[in-house]
Amino acid sequence: MSGWQALDQFLRTDPQDVGCEQAMEILDIYVDGVLKEGIEATERRYPGVAAHLGACGPCGEDFAGLLAAAAGAAT
Amino acid sequence: MSLVQSTAAGMAGIRGPLDEESREWLRCLSGTGRDGRGTAEREQALARLHELLLRAAHAELRRRSRPTGVEGREQDDLAHQAADDALVAITSKLDRFRGNSRFTTWAYKFVILEVSAKLGRHYWRNPPVQAGDDTWERIPDRFGADPAQHAEARELAGALRRAVAEVLSERQRRVFIAIIVDEIPLDALAVELGSTRNALYKTMFDARRKIRAHLVAHGYLNAEEPRTP
Repeated sequence: MSGWQALDQFLRTDPQDVGCEQAMEILDIYVDGVLKEGIEATERRYPGVAAHLGACGPCGEDFAGLLAAAAGAAT
Repeated sequence: MSLVQSTAAGMAGIRGPLDEESREWLRCLSGTGRDGRGTAEREQALARLHELLLRAAHAELRRRSRPTGVEGREQDDLAHQAADDALVAITSKLDRFRGNSRFTTWAYKFVILEVSAKLGRHYWRNPPVQAGDDTWERIPDRFGADPAQHAEARELAGALRRAVAEVLSERQRRVFIAIIVDEIPLDALAVELGSTRNALYKTMFDARRKIRAHLVAHGYLNAEEPRTP
């Protein structure tokens, strides 16, 4: 990927993006959905949250951390 | 009405019953055990929950990809603070647990968010030295531009810099430069500006949209598909 492509990808915004507050509000539900039904099914169920987690670095980190913690608790 | 009863009442209309483990957590934490054992059970449950939260906080601090600068005793202190604060938040909000996720997942969310917030505040205890004006020159590297393609790198940095100067509001410009050029973590910037992650994200969202529209209008980016080299 060229620098222009990477910049373009960064600048593109998704109108479905729900923002940090709404994403964090249901992050636990989203994570349990990923563990139970898989990432693709969960992304289809919550497209606005999926769009946000893909675009927001800090919320993406929180998602990864919660997923790791919940996955450890589930085993 | 007991916590378990009020939680059950609050769950009316919610899909799926509370799973057995979550129901047991709620029962123990609400101190509704039989034969006068409620208080002892609650203390044991609180200790067990704190242990889980502390373990999760340690794991999360180790996992963070961005170098946090938090190590050793400091990391241990931060993990304890995150677990302590998360436990207080959880016990004060137990009646808000609706059973739409497992109780432990809901509880872990508190400690993960505490870790994020504390790292944001910790950043300013020892912030990295800013490189000054030449930080714009490193922008192409951050977007993966080929260092050998000097002309492309200069064009990208110049176009982005002009867009930031020409189309963003003062607030948007300040936030964009802090996060993208100076690489200040968003949570740390929220602390510095007395703002929130959500508010700064929305500022960045609008800034990204305006910059892209400017770059499209000036022929640097395609309106629909990403530009190919």
